[in-house]
Amino acid sequence: MSQQYYLLRNREVPDIDQMPVYLAHGGYQALRKALNDFKPEELVDMVKKSGLRGRGGAGFPTGMKWGFLPNDGRKRYLVVNSDEAEPGTFKDREIIEHNPHQLIEGIIISSYATKAREAFIYCRGEFLFGSEQLNRAVREAYEQGFLGENILGTGFSLDLNVYRGAGAYICGEESALLESLEGKRGNPRLKPPFPAIAGLYGGPTVINNVETIANVPVIVSKGADWYTSMGTAKSPGLKIFSVSGRVQRPGNYEIPLATPLSTLINDYAGGMLPGRQLKAVIPGGSSVPLLTPDKVDTPLDYESILQAGSMLGSGGCIVLDDHVCIVGATARLVRFYREESCGKCTPCREGTYWMTDILERLEHGLGTLEDLDTLADVADNIGGKCFCPLGDASLGVLVSALQHFHEEFVAHVEQHACPMGERLYDTVNN
Amino acid sequence: MKPEWNQWAQEAKQQFPEANSSLLPLLYRIQHAEGWLSDETIRDVASLLGLTTQYVESVASFYSLFYRQKVGRNVVHVCVGLSCALAGSDSVMEHLEHKLGIREGQTTADGEYTLLEAECLAACDLAPVIQRNLRFVGHVDPENVGRVLSDDGKEVNS
Repeated sequence: MSQQYYLLRNREVPDIDQMPVYLAHGGYQALRKALNDFKPEELVDMVKKSGLRGRGGAGFPTGMKWGFLPNDGRKRYLVVNSDEAEPGTFKDREIIEHNPHQLIEGIIISSYATKAREAFIYCRGEFLFGSEQLNRAVREAYEQGFLGENILGTGFSLDLNVYRGAGAYICGEESALLESLEGKRGNPRLKPPFPAIAGLYGGPTVINNVETIANVPVIVSKGADWYTSMGTAKSPGLKIFSVSGRVQRPGNYEIPLATPLSTLINDYAGGMLPGRQLKAVIPGGSSVPLLTPDKVDTPLDYESILQAGSMLGSGGCIVLDDHVCIVGATARLVRFYREESCGKCTPCREGTYWMTDILERLEHGLGTLEDLDTLADVADNIGGKCFCPLGDASLGVLVSALQHFHEEFVAHVEQHACPMGERLYDTVNN
Repeated sequence: MKPEWNQWAQEAKQQFPEANSSLLPLLYRIQHAEGWLSDETIRDVASLLGLTTQYVESVASFYSLFYRQKVGRNVVHVCVGLSCALAGSDSVMEHLEHKLGIREGQTTADGEYTLLEAECLAACDLAPVIQRNLRFVGHVDPENVGRVLSDDGKEVNS
């Protein structure tokens, strides 16, 4: 399928991760335009007008977030969240590994717009190659005079540091990320105050996702009107969807928002594996409720997916086919949250433990009908009762699975075994 | 304490001057050289950065990529996230356990390999995926796991 790429430009330009190649293909032209032709406030307005929303999962309007910074003369920071770890999501990895200069160009423009003088990329520790690519690209950008003092002779100065995380999903939560960046355990902070008021080192801080920032040079060069010509009024523009699971062509797909989910699965990802039927889709990373096949034509925009009963989230689509055991798949996901709970608050720390325990018991045919009630009860004691969003995230798939696939849970109890042909959870309690 | 650590601590403090931001970079650098972080190393890092041993320990123990026990020269992480599970990661783990003669969480007697689980590695397009010393190897064939242990110098950058 031939298409024009704006974010995954590495798909059509080999070696675009190298500075000379990026420059030869229009790289850092948006930066020149932004610094020479626009005041910072005009860029904030442009991003507001583009309707760009945070691509990390929450979908918060980016321009509005930038507008929250107080005008009190304190030093401002811009932090890029590259701690991609939401199961099913792998879009930021492709950008930092193969198109890092577009991210860096976006960081410089965004820092100029928000008047930040120091920026950080918080890169997931497991992304060793990604952090090497970022470090090299940052070095090249300094050599070209795009970073450092008096950038392009405009008087604007910016320093950019790459900081490696060390293995903790919770550090993708923005306040935990800031703690980690300050050399602490990655425990979330109480909000408010939000990072715009008191963020990194207590200063006013903007935190944006990699894909969000990679959109900024595109919006500057093509214009806000061009950006809003795609998608819907409330969900404009482009989005990268990561498709994995039981499809023919797992991978990242850059498409306009509001493209139907069925188009993403069937046309882009090549459809289901031969002979398999769609059973469920987790459309926005492992934290969101699953959708049943009757919802497969839902447009992939924030509002439509919400209306269909789930969330667009990070755009990580995990596709489950008719051979997949829903109980086993749910056990696998809830176990993830048990492993990644930071342990700070009780409902999350203890609740994810108990839910995993019960789900494993059910999957292995050792559960009772009472377990199903206990599961729902524990879930109810987590929802809305945790310090940060991780607890709620552990419930998305579970609660929707109990709702849509209740009979499958009951069948595990009545048959004292997993009734599916294919076991998905062979390991007990480890 | 190795003589060069003091220099490394100064460099980390220069790059990340605020708060304790130099702590994680310094732990990484020392672990890279030493292979892991012993109790003695934790004490040394604390004194280099003017922190308490308890503080450094509390931070180091929070993060899964800081090894507080001795690991093999090669650390193999098998992704056990849902997308990898759908592609057969349990089978990959079983075959690796069999091939290496150890269970998940253990190190081979010759100190060559440590086998660990990884939560989703954000590489579901390569499922089932593993990392060897944090380098991705994708589309692992469970029947042929020897490949991921033997192809030195041919690390796959996704």
